[in-house]
This record gives sequence, structure tokens and C-alpha cells, in this order.
Amino acid sequence: MSALEAVLRRGAAVAGAAPHARLLLDAEGWAALADALAADDGGALLALWPGQRSVHAALLDDAGRMVVASGPAAPGYAALSPARPGALLFERAARDLAGIVAEGAADARPWLDHAEETEWLPAEGPGLHRILVGPIHAGVIEPGQFRFSLQGEAVVRLEVRLGFTHKGTLSLMRGKPPWAAARFAARLSGDSTVAHSAAFALAVEAACGVAAPPRAQALRVLMLEWERVANHLHDWGMICNDAAFAAIHAETGRLREAVLRAADAAFGHRLMMDRVVPGGVAADMSGEGAAALRSAALAVRRAVPGLRRILEQHASLQDRLAGTGVIAAALVRRFAAGGVVGRASGRAFDARLLPSPLPYAALSPRLATRGEGDVAARVAVRIEELHESLRMVTALLDTLPDGPLEAPLPPRAGEGSALIEGFRGECFAWVSLDDGGAIREVFLRDPSWLHWPLLEAAVQGNIVADFPLINTSVNGSCSGCDL
Amino acid sequence: MLWPRLARNLASRPLTERVAAADEAVAQALAERLRAASRARLGRSLAVRQVDAGSCNGCELEIHMLSGVVYDLERYGLSIVASPRHADVLLVTGPVTRNLAQALAATHAATPDPKWVVALGDCAADGGVFKGSAAVVGGVADVVPVDLLIPGCPPPPARILEGLLALLEAEAEG
Repeated sequence: MSALEAVLRRGAAVAGAAPHARLLLDAEGWAALADALAADDGGALLALWPGQRSVHAALLDDAGRMVVASGPAAPGYAALSPARPGALLFERAARDLAGIVAEGAADARPWLDHAEETEWLPAEGPGLHRILVGPIHAGVIEPGQFRFSLQGEAVVRLEVRLGFTHKGTLSLMRGKPPWAAARFAARLSGDSTVAHSAAFALAVEAACGVAAPPRAQALRVLMLEWERVANHLHDWGMICNDAAFAAIHAETGRLREAVLRAADAAFGHRLMMDRVVPGGVAADMSGEGAAALRSAALAVRRAVPGLRRILEQHASLQDRLAGTGVIAAALVRRFAAGGVVGRASGRAFDARLLPSPLPYAALSPRLATRGEGDVAARVAVRIEELHESLRMVTALLDTLPDGPLEAPLPPRAGEGSALIEGFRGECFAWVSLDDGGAIREVFLRDPSWLHWPLLEAAVQGNIVADFPLINTSVNGSCSGCDL
Repeated sequence: MLWPRLARNLASRPLTERVAAADEAVAQALAERLRAASRARLGRSLAVRQVDAGSCNGCELEIHMLSGVVYDLERYGLSIVASPRHADVLLVTGPVTRNLAQALAATHAATPDPKWVVALGDCAADGGVFKGSAAVVGGVADVVPVDLLIPGCPPPPARILEGLLALLEAEAEG
């Protein structure tokens, strides 16, 4: 990221931003950033969001160093999306949230604001027909709208339209003390409640210059990995269910229930919502918690190899999964998409391998990657990660440190950011606190921002009947990026 | 191999668990309302259509568990159906967002009478933590009439099932 580094060196570092630097650029500097991103395809654009008459972008270089760049937006700023297509949805959302305008962006249509009638992208050709589904769906899934342009059964173009679950989450967080704002981070995307809570908590702690005690950090990792186990089981089952293979769905459902009950026994909530808070954790693990977690982990570990054999040995199931919904490795790189989606298309990135206040280094998580980029690869990555998470949970239970659960947060101004690997990919949080320690500005980024455009690409050329299967294998969150 | 496993499962005890009977008082109250509204009997089964009106997806995760082997809602004659046109019950989650209010009203209008609306979760009750947001209309009752509220964040599957069973009881009494 040398060209980029040269640009960022021009910026003035904001005092008190931790642990990652934030650099203030002038309009010219921001435009140079856009050019540098176009000239250099290394690194990742994690997120772009609006500030007060300004625009922020979080960038991660290939060595794992993160920096936040800020430029003026009055109300225009140079679009980053021509260089990095992953920026496009962020730019559309920023316009709806704060009225700032990405100049030179390929798409200026509203995203979260549904006041105007939808304008859909064109698709032309002989014999094209269209199907519009959503926001109310046939299955129990989140509300999004999908517009398919089809030639016979083959999908020529899919366009995803979201924003239906836009709740004004970020504006509700502003002005609140961190403990009150944490309830919104916990509800950004219910399936990633631990991950977003942990990212928010670490960002707040960085802004306050405090570190949560070791026991709290260890319990956070325990909950993060337990959340991954629960969700990977769910996704594995749902994918098989969408391929009309009910037996695996039934088994993973039974195991998931055991996992959720163990979470309830250990932490007092099946999804572990509101358990990770700024400063530490809300409560200690219960007395019977360790035994409950161990017993559920053992049940899952015993069952997975058999289920995996069924998955791999049934030609009728493999026929549905293999070669379906391929996401090209080049596209994943260009979007710098993370999580299972990225790793199943050969992008060897996992935020658990980056330096962090969380004790991941001692657990040395093993990276699971595949190169095929199809539904089968995304299932395979999930299964490997399940094993790895169970190993780490057991190791954590063996070595759980004693000590306090929370560190007091001094009410002071500051800025912090954090990157956490949730079950879906990396969850980024950035927070700026005012003099009284209340939230001045905040942004929470779900990995789904980059997965939805890739879903559109994954479906191309597939039959429309395979859409539910492909969609489930990507499993983007609507609420997570509807904000 | 799948077949030996299926054969073993045939011989073993079911994994499905008993659920606590529906709360008598709730069932009574619902039956009263059914009579008051002079609704026709729906029969001993209910088709349920889930509508996410803006939830964080936490409630949906627990609704999914109802269809699994442990809670198996179909044993009670309850089933989750694909269209509001097939539904007796709308199971609505989330604070109702401005962007979804119209679709929720349209879904309600597309559901044939007689019908029930169940507001599921604390957000569906009154907007929950999102109450007061400019992007949120409010609870489900601010958009469509609600017959039953199942509180929780999210309510666990057993509690959701109890609530739905109360509707079945009310039908039997009404």
C-alpha cells in the first residue's frame, strides 16, 4: 500500500485516536487517496461512513495495519467506489444518512431512503423476463427485495435492494453513554450480537484508554466462538434444507438447540445478548456454565464427522452444492470481502489473526480456506471453523483466568476503533466520545456490506431455483447493514 | 451413511420435547376476543406466516428453532406457510420501520379473515429499544390490530410455542 501510504502521510493525525490512527485530509488529499486506491489494488477498504460535514474511510493494508482517513464533505467528496466497488453501497447509504455526495460514483440512487420510487438497473436482451420478490418472503428470512432478470431459467442479473429494516440505529446511539449505546450494538444484527457488542466495547475501551480485565477478555472470546458454533451449525443445516436434504437440517437443529441451551446455562441468554459490555462483561459465567458448555461442545464434536460424511457421500446433495453460486476469487479480492465468503474463494483473511486485546494469539486459530468459491466450499469452510471454534472453547475453559469482570470507564473524550471476527466476517466499530464520555459519532460495520454485491455476482448464470440455496450459503444480514 | 442412522432413530426415543400447556388465563382472554369479534371457527390447526417488520433477526433465529425436532410445532397442527394468502396467523417481529410499514399493511390486507396477529418480541410490542427513532413507526399495533403479544428479546422457542398454543386453545373454546 505504498502509494496509499504516501497519501496518508500527508494527513494530520488526530490526537487521542486509538489504537489505530485517524488522519485528517483536505479535499485535495482525499482526492489523492481515491487516485492512490485506483493505482494500487492492495489492502482493503473496510468501510466508509459520514461524519459531520465530513467523510471517513477505514482502510486495512496487507500487513494488517488499519487506519481511518477523514476528508471534508461539503457536501461533495471524491467517490472511492470507482477504485473500490465495495465502497458503492456505503456511499449511497452515507448520502441518505447525512446528505453527503460521492462525486464521480457510478450509482447515485438512494439506498436506505425509500421515499422515492425504486429505479432498477437495466437488463436487456431477447426473451428477458423479470421476477420481483420481497420484502415479504416465503421463508423465515429478513426483508430484502430481489429483482431477477431471467432468460428462461438462467439469471442474467440480480439486483438486491435493502433498507427495509432501517431503524436509525446510529442516530439512536449518539448522545448516549456507552453502556446505553451498547444495547444498540447488540441489536445491529441479532445473529452477531456478541461480535458487534465486542467490537463496540473494544472501540469504546480504546477511546477511554482502558483495557477490560483478562477474565472478561477470555469470556468474550468464549462467547464469540460459541456464537460462531451456533451460527455455523444453523447455516450448515439451512443450506442442506434449501437443497431439500432435511436429515442434516434436523441434526444440526438439534445440536444448535443444545448449544443455545448451554449458552443460556452459562451466560443467562440463549444468544448471549447484552453480555459483552463496554468495560468488560455484564456477568460472570454461571457455576454450571463450564460443564454445560463442555457437554454441548462434546456432543457437537462427536456428531460433526458423521454428518460431514453424509454431506460428502450423497451425490444428490453434492450435485446441488458443488459448482453452484461460484464467487470468483478475483472478485472477492477486489471487494476485499471477508468471513466465510472470502475464505471460501481463497482470500486468506481472518481478523482473529490480527493483533488484538482479545487473547486469540495464545489460542493460535487455524485459518480455513477453499479455492472453489461455490456453495460446497462455503459449507466446508464453516465445518472446519466449527471444529476449530470447539477446540478453542475447550482450551479457554481449561485456562480461564480469575479476576474482575469489568474495568471502570472514565468519562472523557477520545476516539477508538476495533475489528472483530464474527461468524460472518469482520465486524468493525469506530466511536468518538465527547468530553462527558457520551457517544459523539459512531459507526458499526457488518461484513454483509460486501457480501450482498457478491451475492448478485454469485447468482449470475445459475438457475433461479438455486437462488435460495446460494443466498443461504452467503447469508448476508439485512439488519446489519440497514442500520 | 444416512440409512443406518435413520434406522437407529426409528428405534430410539423421540427428541421432541413436551411444552408447558398454554396459559389458561391468556387462552380465556383470547377466546373472549374471538367471540366478541364473532369470528368463524378456524379449526384445530393454524397456518402461520412470519413477517419481519424490521427486526434485528434475533427473533427469526428462535422462530427457526420451532420447526426443528426439539419443538416440532407441526405436531400441534401449527405450520409456517409461504404466503399470507394461506395464513390464519401473522407472526410479526421487529419495530415496524417506516420502510416496511406499507408492506406489513399490505400483507395484513392479503391475509383472509378470520385472522390473528401475534406481535413477537419486545420491539414488536412498542418499538422496544428503537422506540422514538425517526425511522421507526412504532410497535406492530401502530400499523395493524394485534391479538396477542409474546414478549422477550428474543422470546425463547418454548414461550413462542406457548403463545401459539394459546391461540389454538382460544379457537377450541371460541
